[in-house]
Amino acid sequence: MSFIKSYALPRVLQWAVVILVGTTITFIIPRLLPTDPVEQTLRRVSTSQIDPRAVETFRNTIQDLYGLQGTPLEQYGRFWTRLMRADLGPSLGAFPTPVTQIIRDSLPWTIGLLGASILISWVLGIILGTFAAYFPRNRWSNIIGGVLVTVYPVPYFILALVLVLVFAYYIPIFPLVGGSSGSPANLIPYLLSILQHAFLPALSLVLIGTAFRFIVARALASTVIASDPVTYAEMAGIARRRILFAYVVRNSLLPQITDLGLAIGALFEGALITEFVFSYPGVGYRLYTAILQSDFNMIMGITLFSIVGIATATLVIDLLYPLLDPRVRYR
Amino acid sequence: MVGQVRGPLGAARDLFRSSPAFRTGSIILLILLALGALSIFAPYGPTDRRVVPNDRSPSFQYPFGTTSLGQDVFWLTTFAIRNSLFVAGLAVLISRSIAVMLGSSSGYLGGRVDRLVSSVTDTFIVMPRLPLLILISFMIRGSLSMLAMAVLLGLLDWAWPSKRYRAQVLTLREEEFTNTAVFAGMGTFRIVLREHLPFLIPFLLADAVSGFLFAIGMEVTLSVLGLSDLGSPTIGTMIYWAGYYQALLARRFWWLGAPILASVLLVVGMYLVSVSLGNYLDPRTRLKTLVARSGA
Repeated sequence: MSFIKSYALPRVLQWAVVILVGTTITFIIPRLLPTDPVEQTLRRVSTSQIDPRAVETFRNTIQDLYGLQGTPLEQYGRFWTRLMRADLGPSLGAFPTPVTQIIRDSLPWTIGLLGASILISWVLGIILGTFAAYFPRNRWSNIIGGVLVTVYPVPYFILALVLVLVFAYYIPIFPLVGGSSGSPANLIPYLLSILQHAFLPALSLVLIGTAFRFIVARALASTVIASDPVTYAEMAGIARRRILFAYVVRNSLLPQITDLGLAIGALFEGALITEFVFSYPGVGYRLYTAILQSDFNMIMGITLFSIVGIATATLVIDLLYPLLDPRVRYR
Repeated sequence: MVGQVRGPLGAARDLFRSSPAFRTGSIILLILLALGALSIFAPYGPTDRRVVPNDRSPSFQYPFGTTSLGQDVFWLTTFAIRNSLFVAGLAVLISRSIAVMLGSSSGYLGGRVDRLVSSVTDTFIVMPRLPLLILISFMIRGSLSMLAMAVLLGLLDWAWPSKRYRAQVLTLREEEFTNTAVFAGMGTFRIVLREHLPFLIPFLLADAVSGFLFAIGMEVTLSVLGLSDLGSPTIGTMIYWAGYYQALLARRFWWLGAPILASVLLVVGMYLVSVSLGNYLDPRTRLKTLVARSGA
């Protein structure tokens, strides 16, 4: 009981606050800025030939659509009612398909890409980082460390762009656009094509993710290696491999899990960028087409969705954490 | 304080001699800074177009080639480096000022202030920034000047460093030498200034670089999406225009290559300098090398 009160409840509260603050910011921003999304939309669709009365009706329709009628407080109330019903309005680029449906359709691609690359980079980064800390004079760990540390600061977009240039353009071994080819009827070729399409986008995410994880893991492991238990274990003559896995990796693993919750947001942003560089059909690509089509509703919808999604993912990791760390459970 | 204190120039000379990472990084950065400074002497204005023949490949006359818009890529790059450095520098200044203020007040004051500031910080850490950035810059499309972008990026990047700064302050408060100083009758202000600052500055330096990476990366991303002030040359807008005129399909890779190379060199150079400088300035590592030396 005290666990729920002292651990779970504050986190659920924090989750609610994040969503409240985030959605309120997205509500306020368009109303503070000088440009009017209604006028922008009108200008996009209307030409001089249209009857002014028709334009007026249309303006009312869009204002209603954006929830721009009534006092700000009423607007805020209606904004929340719509959110609760998971109604983000229709996309303007693909009118009248609802924004939620477009997000739902593209979400599996993003989650697949993100999930796979988080998993791979997390495991790879921790193993490589711990090795580099435990065998600081090993030539291989130095080479890998050098490459990862050079890749780490490179802006994400640039890294993805260079990968596209090299592996899809100059040496076309990987496809330039899309997420799959063929039809799901031929299951095995279809699955293979998904893997082939996902390889480069995932590689760019894995590179960045691994580099970050590597740097953190190396630092954490060096602290553990300098600690008393490891020193004693070495004096006792326990096999080095056993020390490495039973002491060093295990002890430096937990902070990495907390870190994972925080890294999800950053990796999600990376996934958005990857998707528009690689024209991968996930949420990030939708965001990109929405910008090209001036689809305000879609951009707004994806922003709201990402806030709720990231906050929830973080909450889930936080709540799962005590299962792995007994210290939190029995405090 | 550990080790003797030298002037900043002496320290730089020391580092230059002893650390290959610092040597490489500082040479790269100096070249890029010189390029950025060269923009003052540019024969064309930053927004001039059709001043040189279109689409020439790199030659003696145009070392980096020319663009489809009749711009000299070399001089364009000098402007781009200068402008991107300005945007990123200002963004880092804003975000780190907020972070240091919040982080240290939260860490030193503790209690109710700490709880309030920490929960606000935690809220903003989880907030996905790219969608928010895109939403805001989409709304003010075209009028997002470099200054506005710097402010915007600065305002979105304080939460994570603030949390880490608070953690640093909390560990320093628990250190034995803090207690020693308190018992020796040193005032709080002097303890912070004399005992804690030497630890915090290297941390801040390393952290400022991650701010730089964020700002440069976001500038490029927003510009490539066409959401920034596309008229002024930055690393991002150069990539945008090269893409717009299909520099790739036409095999005019110099147009795209110059900004890509500039950005990679910039961040890698900065990272190398910050890591080696951080190691050098950090009293902890200096203590370690001293111990190792006396033991040998």
